Amino acid sequence: MTQANTYRAGPDEDGHFGIFGGRYVAETLMPLILAVEQAYDEAQADSAFADEFRYYLEHYVGRPSPLFHAQRLSEHFSKGDKGAKIYLKREDLNHTGAHKINNCLGQILLARRMGKTRIIAETGAGQHGVATATVCALFDIPCTVYMGEVDMERQAPNVFRMKLLGAEVVPVKSGTRTLKDALNEALRDWVANVDDTFYIIGTVAGPHPYPAMVRDFQAVIGDETREQIMAAEGRMPDSLVACIGGGSNAMGLFYPFLDDAGVRMIGVEAAGHGIASGEHAASLTGGRPGVLHGNRTYLLQDDDGQIKEAHSISAGLDYPGVGPEHSWLYESGRVDYVSITDEQALEAFQLLTQLEGIIPALESSHALAHVGEISGTLPADHIMVVNLSGRGDKDIPTVAKVLDMEL
Amino acid sequence: MAACFERLRGESRAGLVAFITGGDPDAATSQALLEGLAEAGADIIELGMPFSDPMADGPSIQASSLRALKSGATLRTVLQQVRDFRKSDHHTPLVLMGYYNPIYTYGTEDFVCDAAEAGVDGLIVVDLPPEEDAELREPAAKAGLHCIRLATPTTDDARLPVVLANTGGFVYYVSITGITGTTSAASTDVAEAVSRLRRHTGLPVAVGFGIKTPQQAGEVAGVADAAVVGSALVDVIAAGLDGQGKAGPGLVEEVLGFVSGMSKGVRGGRS
Repeated sequence: MTQANTYRAGPDEDGHFGIFGGRYVAETLMPLILAVEQAYDEAQADSAFADEFRYYLEHYVGRPSPLFHAQRLSEHFSKGDKGAKIYLKREDLNHTGAHKINNCLGQILLARRMGKTRIIAETGAGQHGVATATVCALFDIPCTVYMGEVDMERQAPNVFRMKLLGAEVVPVKSGTRTLKDALNEALRDWVANVDDTFYIIGTVAGPHPYPAMVRDFQAVIGDETREQIMAAEGRMPDSLVACIGGGSNAMGLFYPFLDDAGVRMIGVEAAGHGIASGEHAASLTGGRPGVLHGNRTYLLQDDDGQIKEAHSISAGLDYPGVGPEHSWLYESGRVDYVSITDEQALEAFQLLTQLEGIIPALESSHALAHVGEISGTLPADHIMVVNLSGRGDKDIPTVAKVLDMEL
Repeated sequence: MAACFERLRGESRAGLVAFITGGDPDAATSQALLEGLAEAGADIIELGMPFSDPMADGPSIQASSLRALKSGATLRTVLQQVRDFRKSDHHTPLVLMGYYNPIYTYGTEDFVCDAAEAGVDGLIVVDLPPEEDAELREPAAKAGLHCIRLATPTTDDARLPVVLANTGGFVYYVSITGITGTTSAASTDVAEAVSRLRRHTGLPVAVGFGIKTPQQAGEVAGVADAAVVGSALVDVIAAGLDGQGKAGPGLVEEVLGFVSGMSKGVRGGRS
């Protein structure tokens, strides 16, 4: 297991980060999970796989994404002689508009290596579904996306995008008809189609090796940030801030810096209507450890261990769990986790739009709102990197509705 | 459990394992069903511990689980059901089936002690593969509970010994690659699978997933030590609900009648 002097050695060979992670799946899926793990290990040892991944990241996704010094935002958040120098990692500029595509590319290349001929995925807001449908179009592989019926109503434009891209979108009518049920349904599909199907999970959760594999594919965010900040400032940043739903954009940014003791890291969960209201999606701040969707991690659940519905204005954070590595980083104290309400996120959404001409995703707006809370207390030479994980075009209808504006 | 399979061998027949979810559709009806199953012909009872996210189950058992939760069922009420059942039935083996999170939340060590004290004989926890089940299996063994593992068509010969190594009571063979209550396996495939399992273990083999009719139950009973009927039984409960989702008159009789039919199918399986 992870040695005391590094935070980057996990998971252990059975997929555990401390007590978290693991492979809590039905026996039917176990041989398949083990095959995915073996194929991933082999791919990692093959430089041709890395070359292919890099090729598509550069020429298809448009990487590296810029690291942008947000001067007006930095100024706005400053107080007197205090105030951090804020950089934005522009994942919103990726093809399809968010960090999700990094992971989808990595996984579909692996699926191809394994000879799989059908892709399934789950989606909440539709961003992961769109990214999956996109890479499936690119590689001409049939794609089925499971999406809760409630989410399909909330995110109709993304449903249309997926269909245009050639994916079959299956409405999930079971349970609460949201992301967690879409995940259940995708797992049910996979159990029934183990021979030809590869499941592209959208975040750093699920059974081993998914949490580690998705993290590795997303670590390009942090790797680039290290190089870019060294070029811009000649030193490491003082802090990193990212929003947390399942937590893949945050793991991608944090992971390459975990052993840099001087870099503080903050994960921002969705507090919805406030933690005290019970209507939130903050699994770490407001949940406790449990087992769901293949891994042990912090979950929103009742006293009987039944999973509770999450709430956030941002559909991408609206999940009652979190990646197991975050649970481990939370308990080890290496990363701080805080939460931001719907209202605070909406304010930050408008602020960045007005100050920098960048419309952030509601997910990323949670990270920005927390930056606004702390920046004015930090010295002027404090360098902070915020992961702008996605763009907010998809959120225009939601925001217009809340602000009582007609489209 | 061993005595039950011994008796079945003596009668040269396979057993019927009947599944219902604890608390479905309400506490009283579920208790009446539980207490009527053995007389209707069930040899072993499998009582479902309801869970909000039953990811290996098809629509029938998902709906059953949600009905139970809506009616107020919890892991504690399911254990109470078993205690009440044991007041009148000391012999029929009873196993609990479900998912790990409610058990983990209850406290694994407390749970196995309370379950054993209530009169439970074994546990089937769907999302605990051999790689992860030590934390339940070891305390369960101390408490005298069997941990019954699942073998599936994807469990190949190399992996089978891993699955069988610490299984107890019986082996539950999932006859299809899929979720509960959907497709049915071809009887020739089942026969082949059961003989493959028997090459690896002396434990009784129960076969489940997709058994819907007395005839199918009979076919499975012809080759296995027991046939498990779950979704089809739970569908009879669903069909007996009124417009408000409450148990309609005659629901218990309908369900137990269905179990009798399945039992006849199983009993005719080797004739």
